Amino acid sequence: MLLDAGAVAIRNAVAAGEVTATAVCEMALERAARLNPGLNAFNHIDADHALRQAAAVDDRRRRGEPAGPLAGVPVAVKDNLCVRGMRTTASSRILERFVPPYDATAVARLDAAGAVLIGKTNCDEFAMGSSNENSAFGAARNPWNPAHTPGGSSGGSAAVVAARCVPVSLGSDTGGSIRQPAAFCGVVGLKPTYGRVSRYGLLAFASSLDQVGPFASNVTDAALALSVLAGPDPMDATCAHEPVPDLLPTLGDGIVGLRVGVPRAFVSEGVDPDVRAAFDATLDILRDAGATLVDVELPHARYAIPVYYLVATAEASSNLARYDGVRFGHRADPSAAGTLREMYFRTRDEGFGAEVKRRIMLGTYVLSAGYYDAFYLKAQQVRTLLRRDYEEAFARVDVVAMPTTPTPPFLLGEKADDPLQMYLADIFTVSANLVGLPAISLPCGFSREQLPIGVQLTGRRFDEATLLRAGRTLETRTSWHAATPPVA
Amino acid sequence: MRYEPVIGLEIHAQLQTQTKAFCGCSTRFGASPNSQVCPVCLGLPGALPVLNHEAVDLALRAALALGCEVQPTSIFARKNYFYPDLPKGYQISQFERPIALGGGLRLTVDGAERWVGLTRIHMEEDAGKSLHEGFLDSERRTYLDFNRSGVPLIEIVTEPDMRTPAEGAEFFTRLRDVLVWIGVNDGNMEEGSLRCDANVSIRPAGRDAFGTKVEVKNLNSFRYLQKAIEFEIERQADVLDRGGRVLQETRLWDSSAGRTLSMRSKEEAHDYRYFPEPDLPPLVVGASRVEAVRASMPELPAARRVRFVDQYGLPDYDAGVLTQSASLAAYFERTVAACGNAKAASNWVMGELLRVLNERGEGIGEAAVSPESLGGLIQLIDRGTISSSIAKDVFARMHATGAAADAIVAAEGLAQIGDEAALRTVIDEVLAANGDAVAQYRAGKAATFGFLVGQVMKGTGGKANPKLANQLLRQALEQG
Repeated sequence: MLLDAGAVAIRNAVAAGEVTATAVCEMALERAARLNPGLNAFNHIDADHALRQAAAVDDRRRRGEPAGPLAGVPVAVKDNLCVRGMRTTASSRILERFVPPYDATAVARLDAAGAVLIGKTNCDEFAMGSSNENSAFGAARNPWNPAHTPGGSSGGSAAVVAARCVPVSLGSDTGGSIRQPAAFCGVVGLKPTYGRVSRYGLLAFASSLDQVGPFASNVTDAALALSVLAGPDPMDATCAHEPVPDLLPTLGDGIVGLRVGVPRAFVSEGVDPDVRAAFDATLDILRDAGATLVDVELPHARYAIPVYYLVATAEASSNLARYDGVRFGHRADPSAAGTLREMYFRTRDEGFGAEVKRRIMLGTYVLSAGYYDAFYLKAQQVRTLLRRDYEEAFARVDVVAMPTTPTPPFLLGEKADDPLQMYLADIFTVSANLVGLPAISLPCGFSREQLPIGVQLTGRRFDEATLLRAGRTLETRTSWHAATPPVA
Repeated sequence: MRYEPVIGLEIHAQLQTQTKAFCGCSTRFGASPNSQVCPVCLGLPGALPVLNHEAVDLALRAALALGCEVQPTSIFARKNYFYPDLPKGYQISQFERPIALGGGLRLTVDGAERWVGLTRIHMEEDAGKSLHEGFLDSERRTYLDFNRSGVPLIEIVTEPDMRTPAEGAEFFTRLRDVLVWIGVNDGNMEEGSLRCDANVSIRPAGRDAFGTKVEVKNLNSFRYLQKAIEFEIERQADVLDRGGRVLQETRLWDSSAGRTLSMRSKEEAHDYRYFPEPDLPPLVVGASRVEAVRASMPELPAARRVRFVDQYGLPDYDAGVLTQSASLAAYFERTVAACGNAKAASNWVMGELLRVLNERGEGIGEAAVSPESLGGLIQLIDRGTISSSIAKDVFARMHATGAAADAIVAAEGLAQIGDEAALRTVIDEVLAANGDAVAQYRAGKAATFGFLVGQVMKGTGGKANPKLANQLLRQALEQG
């Protein structure tokens, strides 16, 4: 089936007139409608919108206009990216009925490339979580086993690609929210360099860490999606002016001579034996493909989780202040809420879930008079040390390899009552956000329970090309990416 | 006990940009509510700020005009607090690293000079407006207008260098002049584009340590500023005299009651939880940019005052008055260009022109008489065509009708009688009709000469050229 063949194949077929965008769109809508009741991966499927976009692609083709790089490719975007006229909730009660009047830049670029947006995907509320269980609309489920988490926060975006409802989806990654669910669902997930993709229209969680990126069922599709998304945006002052290289031609160049750093000390503790075995096997494959393995040290990586939870919560406490019931979103019943203060309290109490409240309180505390130096400032100093760790490592190697997660996908409910355990699920992913580096998660095996395992490669600033090339090399030597979950 | 007041000011000035600080919306004042808004200035989810560099250039202008040190790198910060007209729940401002440090203004108050230093200038955005009044349901509801949300501001913070309410008012006046002069701010306090808060404390005369300071807000005119400081000094002195302690607090000036009222105590003060704004990179201002702004600056009031003394030979006082605003100085210079008589131009501008404008409550930009017309009038006086006293009437008519001076003089026959034969005829008539006075003059009573001159002027309807009339009358009396 064409949906399983990936974005490049669909684009080529649509461009050649072998199939219409409308026909592909109908396939995707059918599969999404059939699988979503079991997966809960979409917050919202918008068939009208999708069919309109597909018809527009077909019209352009009939008129002989050039097909875009994603012409007719069905896509889904995480529900924290604004789509004009389409409900955008961040899986929060406080935005349950919010309809943005504008498109996020990433969404507008997909549209301009001819992609067909099927719907908005489930996630942890405001992207805060690692299991999707913090969604106000219930957790999405792992297509490989619905008792397990698809990961988070972009769990829905990973699940819909794994289930082959769409070949490409968008997520956002603040501490691992693309890479961890990609690993848990057995798909490719890329967190670009900070500033590579515009954040305009992404509902901010932690502004200095957030980055929009693609999920795909293979590396080539991920490269194609990134080439559509990347590049400067006058609406985002933190979006880099760095030129975007053509990522596709170099994908097949191989990795002979590539120096792969392995932080042995850092990845030695607390890693599940199945994950360790898959990781070690992947290192062997990389070496067989011509790469050199080099031991590196990231002495400050063990502080990454506490640093992350100070910086991210501080920024979040401020970013989420705008959800106050005044201009949009949920507002507490004015007859019950007497004073302005009460209106604020009740609106935010009713609108936000427990984890979001916990992080707002943590962040407020971190920035409070008398604590700022001890927490926020200290965390920023450690962030600088961590940046130096990576600079030193990249003086000797071209990429750094780690397992994406310490464990295979855990059970829904397994860690829901233990936030600290949940936070540790991000131990290997948060560093890339703290230092702004690009990182990719690639399928690298399965656990004994037939659940996917991922490997993470981190690269130099703006060097996504090397990560994709290494990923494509792994793909040619393994078949993990081609495995599809039983539901699909 | 005698106390010495210590006063510092914090002035918020809107920058006169076309568009807002962080989005492309218009900054025009007075548009219908919420008509100049977008996702960015409404703080919609996902919207991001992008710095308007026109605002930076205007902030740099202010910094250079006030002699500040421009900082090569400054950092935007978020000031977090909840208020309905603050859409994002934080204001983008600058905190630890503002765009400019130092600088100041020299004042002359009651003949004494005083230097008022600046602590800093930082950039920030304005909030929207809460409309608590004027709607049918205003008792139950507050309406919000976000047109002002995101309009760029600078906050200018002075050192505690002022010692009297008059110095406070004078500083604010001079500062306003500078900001308006360099095109940074429109000086409009009624519309709120220029706002002032005062920090006031008192200490026993002769002591160095500062007293507890009170911040007084809502001082939106020079008069209120002065009155509020006066009130606050007396209030604090009263508290201390009665053995009390001044509380550190924020007070609000109530102009109708003529007093300050407590707004919030130190304990109730906000913890703004400032931190660097992650959505905006550090603002880097290179030396070449500073120089470009400096090169585009108009002449500053202090420099122009010196030039007026040197170039036009004006007294320092005149130069001071004429350089109060850019437009007044420009009016003066155009008048001089038209007539070539700087002292006369200065007298007319400072005298009749400002008097008429003040009477009507008009600004120099609204003057009905153009500088070229005023120059024409001065030329008529200098050539002896009209007398100075007639000229005042002509000026009034110019103001009323907009006509040129020479046209009015011609139409109304106001030119002086400079024709000797015509004057002799009048003089002969006056001498014939006032035989007694003539006899007294000839008997040595010189004072009657003035009376006879008056009679000649009366006989000509005031149009006699006074110099010529004097000369001919004396001749006639001596010959007779």
